Amino acid sequence: MTVSVAVASVCAVFGLVGIGFYGLMMSRNLIKAVVALQIAVKGVLVAMVLAGKLNSQLAVAQSMALTVLVADTIVAVLGLALAVQIRRHFGSLDTTEISTLRK
Amino acid sequence: MLELIVIAAMIFCAVMAIRAQRLLTSAIYLAGCSALVALFLYQLGAPEIAVIELSVGAGLVTILFVFAINIAGDDPAQHPPILPKPMAWVLVLMAVVTAATILLPNYDTILPLVSEPLDDTLWEKRTLDVILQSVFIFAGVLGVLNLLGETTYDQEKHS
Repeated sequence: MTVSVAVASVCAVFGLVGIGFYGLMMSRNLIKAVVALQIAVKGVLVAMVLAGKLNSQLAVAQSMALTVLVADTIVAVLGLALAVQIRRHFGSLDTTEISTLRK
Repeated sequence: MLELIVIAAMIFCAVMAIRAQRLLTSAIYLAGCSALVALFLYQLGAPEIAVIELSVGAGLVTILFVFAINIAGDDPAQHPPILPKPMAWVLVLMAVVTAATILLPNYDTILPLVSEPLDDTLWEKRTLDVILQSVFIFAGVLGVLNLLGETTYDQEKHS
Protein backbone atom coordinates (compact mmCIF):
# COMPACT_ATOMS: atom_id res chain seq x y z
CA MET A 1 0.00 0.00 0.00
CA THR A 2 1.57 3.24 -1.13
CA VAL A 3 1.26 6.60 0.57
CA SER A 4 -0.99 7.93 -2.23
CA VAL A 5 -3.48 5.11 -1.67
CA ALA A 6 -3.38 5.87 2.06
CA VAL A 7 -4.14 9.54 1.38
CA ALA A 8 -6.96 8.54 -1.01
CA SER A 9 -8.36 6.29 1.71
CA VAL A 10 -8.28 9.17 4.22
CA CYS A 11 -10.10 11.31 1.65
CA ALA A 12 -12.71 8.52 1.31
CA VAL A 13 -13.13 8.56 5.09
CA PHE A 14 -13.64 12.33 5.09
CA GLY A 15 -16.04 12.00 2.15
CA LEU A 16 -18.21 9.38 3.89
CA VAL A 17 -18.25 11.23 7.22
CA GLY A 18 -18.96 14.56 5.47
CA ILE A 19 -21.82 13.10 3.42
CA GLY A 20 -23.23 11.52 6.58
CA PHE A 21 -23.10 14.81 8.50
CA TYR A 22 -24.65 16.68 5.57
CA GLY A 23 -27.49 14.14 5.43
CA LEU A 24 -28.05 14.43 9.17
CA MET A 25 -28.31 18.21 8.92
CA MET A 26 -30.48 18.34 5.81
CA SER A 27 -32.92 15.47 6.22
CA ARG A 28 -36.21 15.90 8.06
CA ASN A 29 -37.23 12.27 7.71
CA LEU A 30 -36.30 10.05 10.66
CA ILE A 31 -35.47 6.97 8.56
CA LYS A 32 -33.32 9.13 6.24
CA ALA A 33 -31.48 10.40 9.32
CA VAL A 34 -30.68 6.79 10.31
CA VAL A 35 -29.36 6.20 6.76
CA ALA A 36 -27.12 9.28 7.08
CA LEU A 37 -25.85 8.11 10.47
CA GLN A 38 -25.01 4.70 8.98
CA ILE A 39 -22.98 6.35 6.22
CA ALA A 40 -21.02 8.45 8.73
CA VAL A 41 -20.25 5.40 10.88
CA LYS A 42 -19.04 3.49 7.80
CA GLY A 43 -16.49 6.24 7.30
CA VAL A 44 -15.37 5.89 10.91
CA LEU A 45 -15.09 2.10 10.45
CA VAL A 46 -12.79 2.52 7.45
CA ALA A 47 -10.78 5.13 9.40
CA MET A 48 -10.21 2.74 12.31
CA VAL A 49 -9.02 -0.13 10.11
CA LEU A 50 -6.82 2.26 8.08
CA ALA A 51 -5.27 3.70 11.24
CA GLY A 52 -4.59 0.18 12.52
CA LYS A 53 -2.94 -0.77 9.24
CA LEU A 54 -0.76 2.35 9.12
CA ASN A 55 0.31 1.90 12.76
CA SER A 56 0.90 -1.87 12.35
CA GLN A 57 -1.78 -2.75 14.92
CA LEU A 58 -4.38 -4.23 12.60
CA ALA A 59 -5.66 -6.84 15.09
CA VAL A 60 -6.46 -4.24 17.76
CA ALA A 61 -8.08 -1.99 15.15
CA GLN A 62 -10.19 -4.88 13.84
CA SER A 63 -11.43 -5.80 17.32
CA MET A 64 -12.36 -2.18 18.00
CA ALA A 65 -14.01 -1.90 14.58
CA LEU A 66 -16.05 -4.98 15.44
CA THR A 67 -17.40 -3.21 18.52
CA VAL A 68 -18.21 -0.13 16.42
CA LEU A 69 -20.00 -2.33 13.87
CA VAL A 70 -22.13 -4.05 16.52
CA ALA A 71 -22.97 -0.73 18.23
CA ASP A 72 -23.84 0.83 14.86
CA THR A 73 -26.21 -2.00 14.00
CA ILE A 74 -27.94 -1.74 17.37
CA VAL A 75 -28.27 2.04 16.95
CA ALA A 76 -29.89 1.43 13.54
CA VAL A 77 -32.29 -1.14 15.02
CA LEU A 78 -33.31 1.12 17.90
CA GLY A 79 -33.59 4.16 15.60
CA LEU A 80 -35.85 2.28 13.20
CA ALA A 81 -37.98 0.94 16.07
CA LEU A 82 -38.33 4.50 17.39
CA ALA A 83 -39.22 5.78 13.90
CA VAL A 84 -41.93 3.14 13.51
CA GLN A 85 -43.41 3.93 16.93
CA ILE A 86 -43.32 7.70 16.21
CA ARG A 87 -45.07 7.09 12.87
CA ARG A 88 -47.80 5.19 14.72
CA HIS A 89 -48.31 7.81 17.41
CA PHE A 90 -47.84 11.05 15.46
CA GLY A 91 -48.76 9.87 11.95
CA SER A 92 -45.62 11.38 10.46
CA LEU A 93 -41.88 10.84 10.18
CA ASP A 94 -41.14 14.55 9.73
CA THR A 95 -39.03 15.87 12.60
CA THR A 96 -40.64 19.32 12.58
CA GLU A 97 -44.18 17.95 12.64
CA ILE A 98 -43.54 15.69 15.63
CA SER A 99 -41.88 18.44 17.66
CA THR A 100 -44.11 19.51 20.55
CA LEU A 101 -41.82 22.21 21.92
CA ARG A 102 -43.40 25.11 20.01
CA LYS A 103 -47.01 24.23 20.79
CA MET B 1 -5.99 1.59 -9.07
CA LEU B 2 -8.75 -0.80 -8.00
CA GLU B 3 -8.83 0.91 -4.59
CA LEU B 4 -9.54 4.27 -6.22
CA ILE B 5 -12.42 2.81 -8.28
CA VAL B 6 -13.92 1.25 -5.14
CA ILE B 7 -13.55 4.57 -3.26
CA ALA B 8 -15.27 6.49 -6.08
CA ALA B 9 -18.14 3.98 -6.23
CA MET B 10 -18.46 4.11 -2.43
CA ILE B 11 -18.78 7.90 -2.43
CA PHE B 12 -21.25 7.75 -5.35
CA CYS B 13 -23.49 5.26 -3.48
CA ALA B 14 -23.33 7.40 -0.31
CA VAL B 15 -24.32 10.57 -2.22
CA MET B 16 -27.18 8.77 -3.98
CA ALA B 17 -28.40 7.33 -0.66
CA ILE B 18 -28.73 10.88 0.68
CA ARG B 19 -30.14 12.38 -2.53
CA ALA B 20 -32.68 9.63 -3.33
CA GLN B 21 -36.32 10.77 -3.16
CA ARG B 22 -37.75 7.45 -1.99
CA LEU B 23 -36.67 5.77 1.23
CA LEU B 24 -36.49 2.33 -0.38
CA THR B 25 -34.04 3.58 -3.05
CA SER B 26 -32.03 5.17 -0.27
CA ALA B 27 -31.86 1.84 1.61
CA ILE B 28 -30.74 0.00 -1.55
CA TYR B 29 -27.95 2.55 -2.17
CA LEU B 30 -26.91 2.20 1.48
CA ALA B 31 -26.63 -1.57 0.97
CA GLY B 32 -24.44 -0.95 -2.09
CA CYS B 33 -22.27 1.44 -0.07
CA SER B 34 -21.93 -1.23 2.66
CA ALA B 35 -20.88 -3.87 0.14
CA LEU B 36 -18.24 -1.52 -1.32
CA VAL B 37 -16.98 -0.62 2.17
CA ALA B 38 -16.65 -4.37 2.84
CA LEU B 39 -14.64 -4.78 -0.39
CA PHE B 40 -12.43 -1.86 0.58
CA LEU B 41 -11.84 -3.29 4.07
CA TYR B 42 -10.81 -6.57 2.44
CA GLN B 43 -8.34 -4.67 0.25
CA LEU B 44 -6.96 -2.97 3.37
CA GLY B 45 -6.15 -6.42 4.80
CA ALA B 46 -9.02 -6.85 7.28
CA PRO B 47 -11.01 -9.81 5.89
CA GLU B 48 -12.77 -10.68 9.17
CA ILE B 49 -14.32 -7.23 9.53
CA ALA B 50 -15.08 -7.21 5.79
CA VAL B 51 -17.12 -10.41 6.07
CA ILE B 52 -19.02 -9.12 9.12
CA GLU B 53 -19.67 -5.77 7.43
CA LEU B 54 -20.95 -7.54 4.32
CA SER B 55 -23.30 -9.84 6.21
CA VAL B 56 -24.46 -7.34 8.85
CA GLY B 57 -24.19 -3.97 7.05
CA ALA B 58 -25.35 -5.03 3.62
CA GLY B 59 -27.61 -7.89 4.71
CA LEU B 60 -29.23 -7.55 8.13
CA VAL B 61 -29.44 -3.74 8.25
CA THR B 62 -30.93 -3.56 4.73
CA ILE B 63 -33.59 -6.11 5.66
CA LEU B 64 -34.41 -4.10 8.80
CA PHE B 65 -34.64 -0.89 6.74
CA VAL B 66 -36.97 -2.48 4.19
CA PHE B 67 -39.06 -3.93 7.02
CA ALA B 68 -39.31 -0.57 8.82
CA ILE B 69 -40.13 1.32 5.58
CA ASN B 70 -42.80 -1.31 4.87
CA ILE B 71 -44.40 -0.65 8.27
CA ALA B 72 -43.91 3.12 8.49
CA GLY B 73 -44.66 3.84 4.84
CA ASP B 74 -42.62 5.58 2.17
CA ASP B 75 -43.38 9.30 2.15
CA PRO B 76 -42.19 10.71 -1.20
CA ALA B 77 -43.18 14.31 -0.36
CA GLN B 78 -40.21 16.67 -0.29
CA HIS B 79 -40.03 18.99 2.69
CA PRO B 80 -37.68 21.96 2.73
CA PRO B 81 -34.69 21.33 5.03
CA ILE B 82 -34.40 23.13 8.37
CA LEU B 83 -30.94 24.54 7.64
CA PRO B 84 -30.21 26.44 4.43
CA LYS B 85 -28.09 24.36 2.04
CA PRO B 86 -25.07 26.73 1.86
CA MET B 87 -24.85 26.82 5.66
CA ALA B 88 -24.82 23.00 5.84
CA TRP B 89 -22.09 22.85 3.16
CA VAL B 90 -19.99 25.42 5.03
CA LEU B 91 -20.34 23.50 8.31
CA VAL B 92 -19.41 20.16 6.69
CA LEU B 93 -16.46 21.67 4.83
CA MET B 94 -15.21 23.36 8.00
CA ALA B 95 -15.33 20.05 9.91
CA VAL B 96 -13.64 18.09 7.11
CA VAL B 97 -10.91 20.68 6.47
CA THR B 98 -10.14 20.94 10.20
CA ALA B 99 -9.85 17.16 10.55
CA ALA B 100 -7.77 16.92 7.37
CA THR B 101 -5.39 19.63 8.58
CA ILE B 102 -4.78 17.69 11.78
CA LEU B 103 -4.67 14.17 10.35
CA LEU B 104 -3.12 14.28 6.87
CA PRO B 105 0.45 15.31 7.89
CA ASN B 106 0.62 12.18 10.10
CA TYR B 107 0.01 9.83 7.19
CA ASP B 108 3.38 10.29 5.49
CA THR B 109 4.99 7.24 7.12
CA ILE B 110 3.78 3.66 7.06
CA LEU B 111 5.10 1.30 9.72
CA PRO B 112 5.83 -2.35 8.84
CA LEU B 113 2.82 -4.57 9.45
CA VAL B 114 3.09 -6.92 12.44
CA SER B 115 0.72 -9.81 11.88
CA GLU B 116 -1.11 -10.76 15.05
CA PRO B 117 -4.09 -13.13 15.03
CA LEU B 118 -7.42 -11.41 15.61
CA ASP B 119 -8.85 -14.10 17.91
CA ASP B 120 -6.00 -13.72 20.45
CA THR B 121 -6.49 -9.96 20.55
CA LEU B 122 -10.28 -10.13 20.69
CA TRP B 123 -10.76 -12.91 23.24
CA GLU B 124 -7.73 -12.36 25.50
CA LYS B 125 -6.71 -8.69 25.35
CA ARG B 126 -10.10 -7.06 24.74
CA THR B 127 -12.49 -9.20 26.77
CA LEU B 128 -14.41 -6.12 27.93
CA ASP B 129 -15.31 -5.39 24.28
CA VAL B 130 -16.81 -8.86 23.91
CA ILE B 131 -18.93 -8.38 27.05
CA LEU B 132 -20.03 -4.97 25.77
CA GLN B 133 -20.99 -6.49 22.41
CA SER B 134 -23.12 -9.10 24.20
CA VAL B 135 -24.97 -6.31 26.02
CA PHE B 136 -25.43 -4.44 22.72
CA ILE B 137 -26.82 -7.53 21.02
CA PHE B 138 -29.28 -8.03 23.93
CA ALA B 139 -30.42 -4.41 23.52
CA GLY B 140 -30.78 -5.02 19.78
CA VAL B 141 -32.95 -8.08 20.36
CA LEU B 142 -35.22 -5.95 22.58
CA GLY B 143 -35.37 -3.35 19.80
CA VAL B 144 -36.37 -5.95 17.21
CA LEU B 145 -39.03 -7.27 19.61
CA ASN B 146 -40.31 -3.70 19.89
CA LEU B 147 -40.46 -3.45 16.08
CA LEU B 148 -42.30 -6.74 15.73
CA GLY B 149 -44.45 -6.65 18.88
CA GLU B 150 -46.49 -3.60 18.03
CA THR B 151 -47.36 -5.09 14.62
CA THR B 152 -48.98 -8.07 16.27
CA TYR B 153 -50.86 -5.77 18.65
CA ASP B 154 -52.19 -3.68 15.75
CA GLN B 155 -53.23 -6.74 13.79
CA GLU B 156 -55.11 -8.03 16.83
CA LYS B 157 -56.74 -4.63 17.31
CA HIS B 158 -57.93 -4.44 13.69
CA SER B 159 -59.18 -8.03 13.54
